[in-house]
Amino acid sequence: MESLSALQIIFQILIQLLPIWISLAVILILSIHYKAHLGLYGHLFDSRVGIIGLSLVLFWVLAAIFADLIITHDPLAQISGMKNKRPGFPVRGMEGVYYLLGGDNLARDIFSRVIMGSRTVLIIAPAATVFAFMVGITLGLPAGYRSGRVDTILSFLSNLVLAFPVILLFFLLVTPEIRSTGVPIYLAAVLFLFPIILFVVLFQSRFYTQPVKRNIYVATTLVLGLWAYSGLAFNMDPLNVFYMEPNLLNIFVSVVFVNSPTVFRIVRSLTLDIKTRDYVAAAETRGEGAWYIMLWEILPNARGPLIVDFCLRIGYITILLGTLGFFGLGVSPESPDWGMTINEGRKLLSIYPHLAIPPALALMSLVLGLNLLADGLREQSLKD
Amino acid sequence: MWIFIIKRMGMMALTVLCLTFLVFFLTNLHPSLEKLAKTQGNMRMSDVQVEQWLEQRGYKQPLLLRYGEWLGVKPGYLFIKDDGKALGHCVRPGSKEIPSYCGVLQGDLGFSTVFKDNVSTLVGKRLGLTGWLMLFVMLVMVPMALIIGVLAGMREGSRTDRSLSTFAIITTATPEYVSGVIFVVVFASSAVGLRWFKGSSASAMDEITFANFTLPVITMAFYGMGYIARMTRASMAEVMTAQYIRTARLKGVSFANIVLKHALRNALIAPFTVIMLQIPWLLTGVVIVETIFNYKGFGWLLVQAAQNNDINLLLACSMVAVFVVLITQLISDIGYVFLNPRIRIS
Repeated sequence: MESLSALQIIFQILIQLLPIWISLAVILILSIHYKAHLGLYGHLFDSRVGIIGLSLVLFWVLAAIFADLIITHDPLAQISGMKNKRPGFPVRGMEGVYYLLGGDNLARDIFSRVIMGSRTVLIIAPAATVFAFMVGITLGLPAGYRSGRVDTILSFLSNLVLAFPVILLFFLLVTPEIRSTGVPIYLAAVLFLFPIILFVVLFQSRFYTQPVKRNIYVATTLVLGLWAYSGLAFNMDPLNVFYMEPNLLNIFVSVVFVNSPTVFRIVRSLTLDIKTRDYVAAAETRGEGAWYIMLWEILPNARGPLIVDFCLRIGYITILLGTLGFFGLGVSPESPDWGMTINEGRKLLSIYPHLAIPPALALMSLVLGLNLLADGLREQSLKD
Repeated sequence: MWIFIIKRMGMMALTVLCLTFLVFFLTNLHPSLEKLAKTQGNMRMSDVQVEQWLEQRGYKQPLLLRYGEWLGVKPGYLFIKDDGKALGHCVRPGSKEIPSYCGVLQGDLGFSTVFKDNVSTLVGKRLGLTGWLMLFVMLVMVPMALIIGVLAGMREGSRTDRSLSTFAIITTATPEYVSGVIFVVVFASSAVGLRWFKGSSASAMDEITFANFTLPVITMAFYGMGYIARMTRASMAEVMTAQYIRTARLKGVSFANIVLKHALRNALIAPFTVIMLQIPWLLTGVVIVETIFNYKGFGWLLVQAAQNNDINLLLACSMVAVFVVLITQLISDIGYVFLNPRIRIS
């Protein structure tokens, strides 16, 4: 059987990605049609940079969602005779079946691995960013609003973590030895508490005048939060819904730990700026509680810069996860992690460039999309 | 001013103390020590032998005491075996004399268990090699970034601005392990055929040439450049809207003169801080680039130390890294005052 030509490969890949194209088109058309009613998201469609960024990000989100439909082979399956084969090589013994982007060092289909790899990244990176933001917000608001000793201590601690080279911290924190001592679990026990604290305080400060409503909200938060907490941090979920691989937990916790001080600094400086505004003074005169002012007056008004940083941070964490994979500290040795695939392909780069290039371009395009999206959002939020 | 610097120095000492203790704690967890014993002694040691190995070398002492030994405020651990062989913190193979104190305060960073050499010699040598890499990266990255930033920022919203800004965003989205791989494929492999440069910089450790050093330098400069360029652009765009620029324009000063004589000086204050704060970020890049291009500098040393749990070497590496971060922060704060006379440090 002949191998495919370059044009045929591109054509085949475009067809294979059909679910993405259809849903991308639907989302974009609907969004543009209703953009007047969609707030900041709608404004995004006024800037070309924003549209390009959003499309790139949506592409990978959809790729992660439809990965099962798109892949042509099992990303872990090894087919004999396909080791390091060039893109478009026909699979032996099967009519009309090809390795679209070639085979890797263990004779697995690179195309399917790159598509599947988007899942790991697109679950871990946004989730880690959300957690880092919750930690940063819970600590940054009081540090900026109250100042004084709380601020001094928290700022010192955050500077301490920030002064530490990221790469060294990862080498120390993400190792099998550390895992057996339980350090990641302790870290998780501390870091995963923050979302629960944040939501409880959020509802308490808002609804403390309506005890019934407050009790329902706080109780729901506590039940759901502590349930997830027991599963994620200690792997003791009685119903086994929430669970994290020890290795994944280790990486996740380290990434959150490294990123929350930066978020803390951003939230703190925004709070320092916003607390001098008149509406804060008005709320203070009304006799609102400190947490109400922080969470319901200051935080909503800091959303612009925070949303922009959120996008940038997902991109940064994607790069960070790639770095981890690159140094063999990735999620699991078998999984089609982009960074790890790049590292494996790197060793054979001068002979078989097709091993490392697809995951490298995939990672780059996702981060580029996030950065462009952040740029578009910044542009639009400055206009308001 | 001097009080400010002294205060900052005190803060720095405290930070370094905290962070080295953290590293000390993480490298001295029992499983890591077990791994160390097995790689140093014998892979097939039984648990009892491992404990004995650790015991004899003083690894079983309380953590704080051992940290004190490393700092040099406590006398180093010493154990004389039955056959008269000395083991302990201050014992160096080849030298008969065993000092009672050997810590950072005595100027001794300890002995590397992986490389069997003094840590200070090792770090010094590797740091020198990385110094060359950093020098060339800075020489390429900073002027390029400033030129892009100034060109983009001087006419905000123009086509030049948009294309240069997009370029800057692309570079920030391309981490070293992506651009390094692409550059090697394009410029150094037989696949594309442009064999301009070498894919390995191992030979650059003896002699730096254009062929063996270009790729690591541009790989690192590429990723760092975008951020500085964007900051320069923002700063330049802000300056260009200032009143005195308008005055100069109305006076009929040519555009080139306005940019070069009036705007540039004020626009370069913000990027200075950014460039200074970027230096510590380059460390991650150094580690990646030195791994890709097989250049055995500080980053390589750090990887080796971490993978083998070489406690003294890791502590020294982290000390160097933390010092770089803190000193660049200090320089950026002080330099900011010199560049911008409107700001006073109190």
